[in-house]
Amino acid sequence: MCLAVPGKIVEIMDAGDPAFRRAKVDFGGIKKEISLAYTPEAEIGKYVLVHVGFAISVIDEEEAMRVFEYLKQMGNIEEELGEVRQ
Amino acid sequence: MKFVSEYRDPKAAEQLASAIRKKVTRPWTIMEICGGQTHTIVKSGLEDILPKEITLVHGPGCPVCVTPIELIDKAVAIAKRPDAIFCSFGDMLRVPGSSKSLFDAKAEGADVRIVYSPLDALKLAKQNPEKQVVFFAVGFETTAPANAMAAWQADHDGIENFSLLVSHVLVPPAMKALLSSQNCVVQGFLAAGHVCTIMGFEEYFPIAQKYRVPIVVTGFEPLDLLEGIHMVASQLEDGRHEVENQYSRAVKREGNRPAQKTISEVFEISPRQWRGLGEIPASGFQLRGRFQKYDANRRFPFEGVPAQESPDCISGLILQGLKKPHECGAFGVKCTPENPLGAPMVSSEGACAAYYHYGRRQNVQPELSRPASR
Amino acid sequence: MADAKTFNLSCPVPRVADDRIVLAHGGGGRLTHQLIERIFIPAFGNPMLEQRHDGAVVPVNGARLAFTTDSFVVRPLIFPGGNIGDLAINGTVNDLAMCGARPLYLSAGFILEEGLEMETLRKVVNSMQQAAANANVKLVTGDTKVVDKGNGDGIFINTSGIGVIEEFPCLAKSARHGASPVGLAETTENGMPHVSPGLRDVGTTAASISPASVQPGDAVLVSGDLGRHGIAILSVREGLEFESPILSDCANVWPSVEALLKAGIEIHCLRDLTRGGLATTLNEIASDRNVCIKLEESLIPVDETVQGACEILGLDPLYVANEGRFAVFVPAAHADAALEVMKKVEVSVGAVRVGKVEESPARTVVLQSRIGGNRVVDMLSGEQLPRIC
Repeated sequence: MCLAVPGKIVEIMDAGDPAFRRAKVDFGGIKKEISLAYTPEAEIGKYVLVHVGFAISVIDEEEAMRVFEYLKQMGNIEEELGEVRQ
Repeated sequence: MKFVSEYRDPKAAEQLASAIRKKVTRPWTIMEICGGQTHTIVKSGLEDILPKEITLVHGPGCPVCVTPIELIDKAVAIAKRPDAIFCSFGDMLRVPGSSKSLFDAKAEGADVRIVYSPLDALKLAKQNPEKQVVFFAVGFETTAPANAMAAWQADHDGIENFSLLVSHVLVPPAMKALLSSQNCVVQGFLAAGHVCTIMGFEEYFPIAQKYRVPIVVTGFEPLDLLEGIHMVASQLEDGRHEVENQYSRAVKREGNRPAQKTISEVFEISPRQWRGLGEIPASGFQLRGRFQKYDANRRFPFEGVPAQESPDCISGLILQGLKKPHECGAFGVKCTPENPLGAPMVSSEGACAAYYHYGRRQNVQPELSRPASR
Repeated sequence: MADAKTFNLSCPVPRVADDRIVLAHGGGGRLTHQLIERIFIPAFGNPMLEQRHDGAVVPVNGARLAFTTDSFVVRPLIFPGGNIGDLAINGTVNDLAMCGARPLYLSAGFILEEGLEMETLRKVVNSMQQAAANANVKLVTGDTKVVDKGNGDGIFINTSGIGVIEEFPCLAKSARHGASPVGLAETTENGMPHVSPGLRDVGTTAASISPASVQPGDAVLVSGDLGRHGIAILSVREGLEFESPILSDCANVWPSVEALLKAGIEIHCLRDLTRGGLATTLNEIASDRNVCIKLEESLIPVDETVQGACEILGLDPLYVANEGRFAVFVPAAHADAALEVMKKVEVSVGAVRVGKVEESPARTVVLQSRIGGNRVVDMLSGEQLPRIC
C-alpha cells in the first residue's frame, strides 16, 4: 500500500501549529499542495516523499547517490579486469 | 522525474542483474511484501532479467486484498444510506463483498466518491454538515499517519459528521505468521519500503534472528528491487540472516517519529481478520480513547449476512506465496478481473490481477523466456 | 504469538455484473466490448457493422462515403485546452479521417439539462463553429432536447458525420501501373464530390484502410505524445496545478491523414486513440486480426509533466485518454517515409514509431520495458481508477 512519489518543495505555508503546516510540491512540472505535518524538518528546495497528500520522509540526497556510486565502482573494476558484460 | 527516472535506468539495471547472476550458485525463493513492489516487478518484467535460480513470490502486501469481506459489506451498507457520503481510495472500489462492491453500490445510486487523501474526506464533511461523511481507512502502516491526522484534525476542529471505517493491517505480524507456517517456502524478504519509512525497521531484527531469514528494506523502482534482491541473494549465499536497508534515501532505522506519535495517539493495536489468511492477533489498528467516537463501525450498527465462500478461490495460498496465480484452476477462466472470485484478482496490486494484466495466462510466459544465468 | 497453523481460505461469491449498466461499460475497455458483442451486434449485425471500425464506408451511387457517429458526455464540460464542443466536432471529424475519408458534413444533436447556463451553451457552440471552420466541415442539420434537472451532465452532444473517400494511388502500385499520383476529387456543379471512374482501377490506399489490412511485419506509429486529454480532464477534477498547464490534445487530424494519402504512403490502418488510450486501441486491433503487437517502452512518447501527473495519481499513460492522436499501421519499409510526412504537419509533429506487428503470441499486446523485461499490456477491464497502493 505504498504509492509514494518524490517531489521538490517550492513553497511552505506555515500555520503556527506544525500539524497544519503545508507545502506546494513540484512533481516534475506539476504542483500539488500537501501536508508537512510529519516532516517538520522539511525546507524549501528539499525533496520529500509524498503519500496520500502527506510528506512521509525527506529524501536523503547523499544516500540516493549511493547505488550509482556502487555501480560506477563495479563498472570501473570490470573495466580494469577487462571483463566483457553481457 | 528526479529520484524516479534514474532508478529506471536500463544500463544500471543490467549491471545489477549481471551482479545477481554472478552471485547466485543455487536456487533461492525471495518474497516481496508490498503490492507496490509486485506492481513494479510485473510491470517492468523484472523476472525476465533475473537468473532462473531466483524465484520471486508475491506476499500479502495488498491491504485491499486482505480486507475482510464483512467490512466490504459494511462499507456498502453505509454507502447506501441516503444521508451518507462514502469516501474511499480508488483501489477499494471494485473489491467484491458478499453480493456487491462499492462500485456496484455507486451504480445503484449510492454517493460513493474517490478521494486522493483522507483530508479531502474531512473537507467534504465540513462542506456538507447535513451528511455523514465516512472514509474507508484501509492500508498498511504507511497510510496510518494520514488517517490518524484526519481523525486528529476532526477532533481539533470539532467536526462531528465525520467517521472512519478502519481496516489497517500491520506487516511484521503477517510476516511472523507466514514464517511460522509449516508450508513456508520463503528464504528471504524484501521488506516494504514505505511501511518502514513510517515505522523504521527495528521490529525486523528479532524476526530475522528467530527465523534465520535475511530481511532487506527495499524501495519500489526497478533499481531498488534489483539492489534489494542482490543484497538478499548475497546474504543467502553467505549464510547470513541480517536486516539491511536498501532504501536508505527514504528510510531511517527509527522511522518517522512524529508520524509514530500521532498514530499511537489515535490508534491502538488490535487483532485483525486477514481475508485469505484468517485472524492474526495484534495485527491491526483500531481507534482508541477520545477518537473512538469517529469509529464508523460503532456509529452505524449493522446486521451482517454471513459471508459465502467460493471453493475455487485459493487466494489464501496465493497470498502466502505457495502458489502462483496461473496455477489456480479458476485463473483467467472463472476468475477474471470482470468477475473476480477473490480479492487478489480485483486489486490492481493483487498478485492475480498483476499476473492477469501483465503476464496473462501460462501459455504466454514460455514465449517470453528468461535468459540463462551466466 | 502465532504458532504454526493452517490458514482459513475465504473468498467472496462472484459478483454478477451482467444485470445492470455500470460506468465501466462506457470506459472503452473490455466491458464496453462485451456490451457491443452481447447486445448490439446480435441485434443489428450486418457485414459493415461487423468490421467494428470507427466509421462505416458505404457505397452510394458509385461514390464511397464514410459515415460515423459519436456522443460526448465529458465532465467537466470545459477543461484546459477545450470544451465538449471541440470534442464533439473533432471527434467525429477524426473518425471519418480514420476511414481515409475527407470530412464534409456533420449533424449535431444536443441534450441539454434544465438549468444549464446560457453562457456555457454559447461558449460550447462558438467552439463548435470554430472547430468546424478549422476542419472545413459544415454543420448542416441538428436537433435539441431538454431534460429535467438532475438527468444530464449539463450538455450531452451527439455528432454524426459524412465524408468522402478520395482515391489516391499508392507509390508502389502507381509505379507499377505507370500512373502519376492524382490529387483531390473534383466537385460537380451541385457541390457534390465527384470521383473519376478511371481512378478506381489504380490501386488505392484509401480503399483498403481498415483493421483488416493489418499484417505481421507492419510498423506501428503514433502521431504524438500520449495522455494529454485524460490528464487535462483529471487535473480539473483532482485540483492539480501545472507550471505550464497540460492542455487537452483535442484536434482535427485530417490534415495529417490527407498528407499521408497524398504522399502515396501505403497505409494499412488508421485508428484514433480516445478513451482507454493506446493500449485499448492496440488490443482491439490485435484481437480482431489475431496478431501480436510488440511495443518498446523506451519509444513510447509521454511528456514529462503528463508522466508526473500519472505518477502521482497512480495511472499508466498507456491507458489515459487522448483526443487528437492516432495510430498508423504501415509496412515496415514505409515507416520512415510516413514519419517524415507526418512530422511536417502541425497536428502530428511529434509522430514516432512505437512498435511492430508480429505473428505471436496472437491477440496480445506485449511491451518490452526499459530494463529489458517483457509484460503483456492487457485490455482495461473497467475504468482506470487512481490508486494509492
